[in-house]
Amino acid sequence: MSRRGIPGRRNSAYFFLAPAAAVLLLVLTFPIVESVRLSFFEWQLRAIRQPPTFVGLRNYAELFASENFRQSILVTIRFSLSVVIIELILGTVFALLLEGDQVKGLRFFRTLYVLPIMIAPVVVGIMWRFMYHPSYGKINWFLSLVGISPVGWLSDPNMAMYSIIIADVWQWTPFVFLLVLAGLQGVPKDLMEASVVDGANYLQTLVSIKLPYIAAILGLTAVLRLIDSFRSLVVIFNMTFGGPGVSTEVLSLHLYKTAFTSQRLGLASAVAVVLLLVVFSFSGVLIWRAVRQEGR
Amino acid sequence: MTLSTRRSLIMAFRYVVIATGAVVVFFPIYEMLSTSFKLDVDAFRLPPQWIFVPTFQNYIDVLVGSNFMRFFTNSVLVAAISTSLSVSLGSLAAYALARWHFGGRTVSIIGILMLKMIPEVILAVPVFTLFNRMGLTSRVGLIIVYTALNLPFNIWVLRTFIMELPFELEESAIIDGCNDFTVFTRIVLPLVGPGLAVASIFTFRIAWNEFILSLVLTNRFTRTLPVAISMYLTDTGTEWGRITAIATIIAVPAFIFTFTAAKSLIMGLTAGAVKG
Repeated sequence: MSRRGIPGRRNSAYFFLAPAAAVLLLVLTFPIVESVRLSFFEWQLRAIRQPPTFVGLRNYAELFASENFRQSILVTIRFSLSVVIIELILGTVFALLLEGDQVKGLRFFRTLYVLPIMIAPVVVGIMWRFMYHPSYGKINWFLSLVGISPVGWLSDPNMAMYSIIIADVWQWTPFVFLLVLAGLQGVPKDLMEASVVDGANYLQTLVSIKLPYIAAILGLTAVLRLIDSFRSLVVIFNMTFGGPGVSTEVLSLHLYKTAFTSQRLGLASAVAVVLLLVVFSFSGVLIWRAVRQEGR
Repeated sequence: MTLSTRRSLIMAFRYVVIATGAVVVFFPIYEMLSTSFKLDVDAFRLPPQWIFVPTFQNYIDVLVGSNFMRFFTNSVLVAAISTSLSVSLGSLAAYALARWHFGGRTVSIIGILMLKMIPEVILAVPVFTLFNRMGLTSRVGLIIVYTALNLPFNIWVLRTFIMELPFELEESAIIDGCNDFTVFTRIVLPLVGPGLAVASIFTFRIAWNEFILSLVLTNRFTRTLPVAISMYLTDTGTEWGRITAIATIIAVPAFIFTFTAAKSLIMGLTAGAVKG
């Protein structure tokens, strides 16, 4: 379906594309290039009126020697892997439980489960901070009902990681749930009926029909969630601000703090380049898939 | 155990799990809503008061006090203007990418997909320094950034909608004497209404909720609600009634979209994955 086929018509594509292309180049692409450039400079936020000084690769050398940076890489890996795995399992289980015509109120539950995704991350962070509060938070109160002594959700360095994981799982499991549900609804009905006629039980249809059918979507969802988890920052910012110590300081928060707390703009740009490389290396899978689909 | 009792046991189990899930999903939202209608003394009471006389005091305090109305206006303006800009520019570009094969098309598609993935915080330093040099701390800067930030998603989602339209309509319009632009405005745009709805809701959501760039790029006059509420948190640690009242106000569009346009939302969330 291409206009190319109409003879004698001039190509208007560039005219339609130009305004968006201009905005994308000026407001997104140019700053990314600027980030790469600044990563070779020393530039202090407090001396922003002075021009940056070229330092070559010194920012990168400092970064990879820095205990804080390595720690934040580890925190990011722990956080991202944990949330992706937990969300995939929980989301799939819920989709399997809700799927099918027998469950009444499917649409109601599906709508309800969308809410966490829509609510502002800053609000999510603040609400969980309230619920985690050591003295009047509801979570410790619920635990006290079953005889568990108060937990220092946000003050104990060993617990804080679990606290940010729980909040992320709360907000993003619904996303996995919706994608898997959409995938399950694509399972051909006659295939299911045929397997029931053949006497297959639930487990057999699950393993040999449903799971293979949604495998591609599960893989895709995992990549999407992984990339998104590298970007999540605001909930953590408002719950722990990376603390206690640096126990919840994910890479994106480390970038923010390097730039606006330590005021090292050049060093922060080097962190930005690392973060960008991580994100782009994972999104390669998605891009390859999309380009291949174009070819069809 | 007969087959039918086993079936109903399984069904009961399913409902128990689903209901538990629903309670867990809704509880933080319930906490926010209920605390915003409680006086602070009641908000901290344990065991919690499940039944209480609601008060509007927190909302009154928020609305008359401080600079709430200013921040609210900033948020509305920034979100509304960037949404209309981003969706307009996005639909034009989407049309080009859906209907023409031209030099640089594949490169454009790869570029758009890559830009769709970039973390907002990456932009914080370079955009901050650029705007600082230009003396831009106004809402205009934020509008420009949010317009750009949402463009890749808008282009992508609108392109999938346009590609599903039958091309014959456009062809016959051209034969009837429409030019490419009038084909776009008279034929294509009215037919991709649902796509425009999806794009608008998602752009509005990002622009309304965004925190980190607003924190970096605005000053105390131009900041938006998400930044204003976090300032409240650090200034006054225990005024949870007012904080939850602002949180509820920030969440109002989320409630409206969820309960009136759930179908569009699910379409938008799954658009990137299930197709395209």
